[in-house]
Amino acid sequence: MFWTSYLLAVLAIVLAWPVPILLSRASWPARSPFTAMLLWQAIALAGGLSMIGAMLVYGLEPIGDNLISGLRGLAGMVLFNAPTTALGFWHLFALSAAALLTAHLVFTLLLTYYKIERQRRRHRELLALLAAPSAAAARTVVISHDSPVAYCLPGGARSVTVLSDGLMAALEPAELRAVLSHENAHLNQRHHLLLWAFAAWRQALPWLPTTRLAQEAVNSLIEMLADDVALKTESKATLIKAIAIVASGPTGGMAGGMAGGMGAGMAGSMAADATPSTHPSLTLDGLEAPTGAVSGSARTTISRVSRLLSPQPQLPAAARGMVLAGCALLLALPTALLIVPGLLG
Amino acid sequence: MASLGELERAVMDLLWAGHEPATANTLRDRLATTTEANGDAAGHEGKELAVTTVLTVLSRLEKKGLVERERGTRPHRYQAVSSREDHTAELMHEVLGSAPDREAVLARFIGSVTDTEAETLRKLLGHI
Repeated sequence: MFWTSYLLAVLAIVLAWPVPILLSRASWPARSPFTAMLLWQAIALAGGLSMIGAMLVYGLEPIGDNLISGLRGLAGMVLFNAPTTALGFWHLFALSAAALLTAHLVFTLLLTYYKIERQRRRHRELLALLAAPSAAAARTVVISHDSPVAYCLPGGARSVTVLSDGLMAALEPAELRAVLSHENAHLNQRHHLLLWAFAAWRQALPWLPTTRLAQEAVNSLIEMLADDVALKTESKATLIKAIAIVASGPTGGMAGGMAGGMGAGMAGSMAADATPSTHPSLTLDGLEAPTGAVSGSARTTISRVSRLLSPQPQLPAAARGMVLAGCALLLALPTALLIVPGLLG
Repeated sequence: MASLGELERAVMDLLWAGHEPATANTLRDRLATTTEANGDAAGHEGKELAVTTVLTVLSRLEKKGLVERERGTRPHRYQAVSSREDHTAELMHEVLGSAPDREAVLARFIGSVTDTEAETLRKLLGHI
C-alpha cells in the first residue's frame, strides 16, 4: 500500500506541471478541439483525484492494507474512539491535508457557482429593462450601444444572446447569422459548465500551473468548437469577416498596450504579404505561437483567425483514438490504484 | 401588461423618459394611457391597474437599486437612480471589461484584443 501513495504522488506531480505545459504548447488541439477538451478534463480530474488519493493512502498506511480497510479503521477512530496510537504525526498531517483539500475544492466549486449565478441574475435583470427582443432570432435581445458586441448569457431556459445596435449595423445578414450560430453553439453545448468547473479549479489552486493553463486552453477550445458549428451554415470568409469586424470595432482594442510588443511583428508580416493576389493562401505569420505576456483572450482570437485562414486537417482517427484511450487511462489509473488493492486483498 | 417584469420595464421607461420624480398615482395614470394608446387595454382583463400593484413594482425596482424615492414628501415620489444610458454603459463595461471571472459569467463572441491585433485584423479585412 505504501508504493500506491508514491505512484499517486508522482501522477499528481506529472499532471500538475509537465503534462499541462506540453499540452498547452502543442498545436494539435486546434485541429481536434473536442478531443483536446476531453483530455484537459481528464487531466484536471485525474490530477485532483491523485493529489487527494496520495495523501489519503499515505495517511492510512499504518491502519489498513488497502484504502477500504484503512477507511474502516479511520471511521473506527473518529466515530468509536478506537485508539489512534498507530498513526504518526505525518500520517495525521497527510489525512488532514487530504480532508482540507477535498473540502476546499468542493467549497470553491460551490462558491464560484454562487458568484457566477449572482452576476448573471443581476445582468439578466438589467437586460430585461434595457434590451429589446430581436426580430432576427429567438432568445436574442438587442441593446442600444455603439460598439459591436455579441455575447451569450447562459441560464437554462432563460439563456439569452445579446447583440448591440453597433453590431447589427456593422455586419451583413450572413455575418450576423454566423455570430448567432456561434453563440447558440455555446448555449447548446453547455460550454458554461466547463467554464464554471475550470474557473473554480483555478480559483481553488491559483498557484498550480495546470489550473491557469487548463482554463486558458478551455476558453480557447470552446471558441473553436463554436466556430466549427458556425462553419456548418456559413462560409469561412463570412466568419473571418465577422470576427475581424467585431474585433477591430471601436472598443475592440480595450485591452490595449498589454501585448503591444508581439503585435508589431504581426502587423509587419501582414503588410509584407498583403497583396490581393496572395489572398487564397493568406496566412498570418507569427500569429501561430504568440507567447509571453499575451492575455488569454487575445491569444484566443488570434489562434481562431489563423486556424480559419490556414485550416489544418482534423487529427487522424487513430491519433484521436489514442488521445481518448489516454483520457480513459488517466481516469482509470488513480481509481485503480485506490480501489484495486482493496478488491484483491 | 401581464407580468410584473413587463410592468417593471414600463415603469422604468416612464421614469427614464420623465426626468421628474413621480408618485405611484401619476405613474399609474400614465401607464393606463400608454396601455390604451397601444390598444392593449383588454390585456389587463378590463381591470384598472391598481396603485398597490405600481407600488409593488416600485419597491421591487428599489430593491434592485434602480429606483429611489424622496423620503420627505407624502405620497412618496420616485425617480430613476441613473439614466438608461448610464445603466447600458454599466452593463457594457461588465461585458467588455476584464474582471477576472467575467469569462465564466458570459461568453463573448470576441474577447479583448490589443490595439495592434485590432489593426492587423482591420488590414486583413481589406483582403477578404
